[in-house]
Amino acid sequence: MVVRTRVRRAFRTVIALVIVGVLLFPLYWMVNASLQPSSALLETPPRWSPIGGTLDGYREAIQEQGRPLLNSIIIAVGTVTFTLAISVPAAYALSRFRLPGTGVLLFALLLVQMIPGIVMANSLYAVMNQMGILGTHVALILADSTLAVPFAVLILRAFMVTVPTELGEAAMVDGAGHGRILWSVILPVSRNAVITAGLFGFLFAWADFLFAVTLNSDDTIMPVTVGIYRFIGAHTANWNAVMATGVIASIPAAILIIAAQRYVAAGVTGGALKD
Amino acid sequence: MSARLARIGFLAPIAVYLVLFFGYPLVSNITMAMREFTAASFYTGDAPFVGFENYAAVFGDPVFGTALLNTAVFTVASLAFQFAIGLALAVFFQRHFPLNGVLRSVLLLPWLLPLVVSGTVWRWIYDQEYGVLNQVLLSTGVIESEIPWLASTSVALTAVTVANIWVGIPFNMVILYGGLQGIPTQLYEAASLDGAGPWKRFTNITWPLLRPVSAVVLMLGLVYTLKVFDVIMVLTQGGPANATETLTTWAYSLSFGDLNFGAGAATGNLLIVLALVFAVLYLRSTRESAAAEQERS
Repeated sequence: MVVRTRVRRAFRTVIALVIVGVLLFPLYWMVNASLQPSSALLETPPRWSPIGGTLDGYREAIQEQGRPLLNSIIIAVGTVTFTLAISVPAAYALSRFRLPGTGVLLFALLLVQMIPGIVMANSLYAVMNQMGILGTHVALILADSTLAVPFAVLILRAFMVTVPTELGEAAMVDGAGHGRILWSVILPVSRNAVITAGLFGFLFAWADFLFAVTLNSDDTIMPVTVGIYRFIGAHTANWNAVMATGVIASIPAAILIIAAQRYVAAGVTGGALKD
Repeated sequence: MSARLARIGFLAPIAVYLVLFFGYPLVSNITMAMREFTAASFYTGDAPFVGFENYAAVFGDPVFGTALLNTAVFTVASLAFQFAIGLALAVFFQRHFPLNGVLRSVLLLPWLLPLVVSGTVWRWIYDQEYGVLNQVLLSTGVIESEIPWLASTSVALTAVTVANIWVGIPFNMVILYGGLQGIPTQLYEAASLDGAGPWKRFTNITWPLLRPVSAVVLMLGLVYTLKVFDVIMVLTQGGPANATETLTTWAYSLSFGDLNFGAGAATGNLLIVLALVFAVLYLRSTRESAAAEQERS
């Protein structure tokens, strides 16, 4: 009986491995192409394995995309910082104070996430043109924050609501103000939610293409997503370098999966289902 | 009094932010759509009021019908397949087996990658001469000559949709898996005792109890799919001959290609209305099902 269950379970693992293999094949194919010499990519049949390949693609990728990668890092870190600075106090207030209009604000945060990005890009272009900040890091940080802030407030608030109010009240008796309570009582216990909000803010900004290609029309501060896009247009033959750039651009997501698995799961379900 | 001020201090940044970064752009998008807003308008500040002319021009454009139909096909097909495959995977991963957790989280990878990267990978897979898809189909004899996946008006929309389905499967799987975990196992045990087979258990327990979560997934999927931009831009840029043009990519090319920001804004507003209509339908359907539930109990 026990043996039969074990065999059945092992069989399921095999099926699961096949499913993963099929669904992740495109990613394998990206890694494979990134390690081939560019001539090998124009062979039929294709080379199925990168063994004996080359790092030429990566060399070219770093040479051509070094600057865009740096831009992406600056924009993503800036977005996370700005997003948390706005969202943490807001989430605290929404979870602790009974203020009129809280419900409306929460509903607004849910609703604005449904606005198509192209609408935002269209009008932010006009606004930022007036402010004279088109084609700057600041413009993209502000624009990318519109993807991250609503999500961050909702997920942080959903967590902070579960923190017992007694925790803060004790500190208040000792004379601490709300700023102090948030900083030294609520934030430490909400660490996981803050990390989740920050990680997703980073991913949103890192992956943004629409704002980068519209609010930055002359490519002065091209992030890596636009870098890849221009790269395909310019070097359709150098697929190994294009794919190497793709692999490098995927590193943050891969690190997240490995190092921050539970935060990712919390983010995916939390953002969608809470409230 | 000062306590009240402190409270306002916490909320002021988000309130100002919402007004500046969502309220103002939304309103300006509505007014922009009623003006003849071109590239020159940005420099001269001159954008004459034209009422609903931009909307009339959008509706009268032959591309509008194509884009609307493409958006519908792209959205419905994406949602149906993402949901069905995601649900099948969620049900499968509910079983116990070694490596379950690890494999489940690895499957999330396609969803977390930048969409530009996913699009690029699919563009390479679909490449007419050297893409792995054509090469495999040719060598196995499924097709006799190369299919120009992204260059043919008859298959480009399918190709783009398949890539988008691939991107969306993990999201559907994770949320539906979460929903399945919330169904009490005793129900399944009781049904098994009563002799219900796997299919009967699925249709009588899983499906009805999963309905609220299914509604959320489909609703969010709809909103995401209406917005899809990156994948289409990287694969086809809306071409060939508008074969993969959706309302989103069309709004983009009106504004940032033709520099006709008024028409772009009008198309964008139509997209918002579309998303809102479905949001309302969704809210109503959940309310109805909640009411029905209450009646039953």
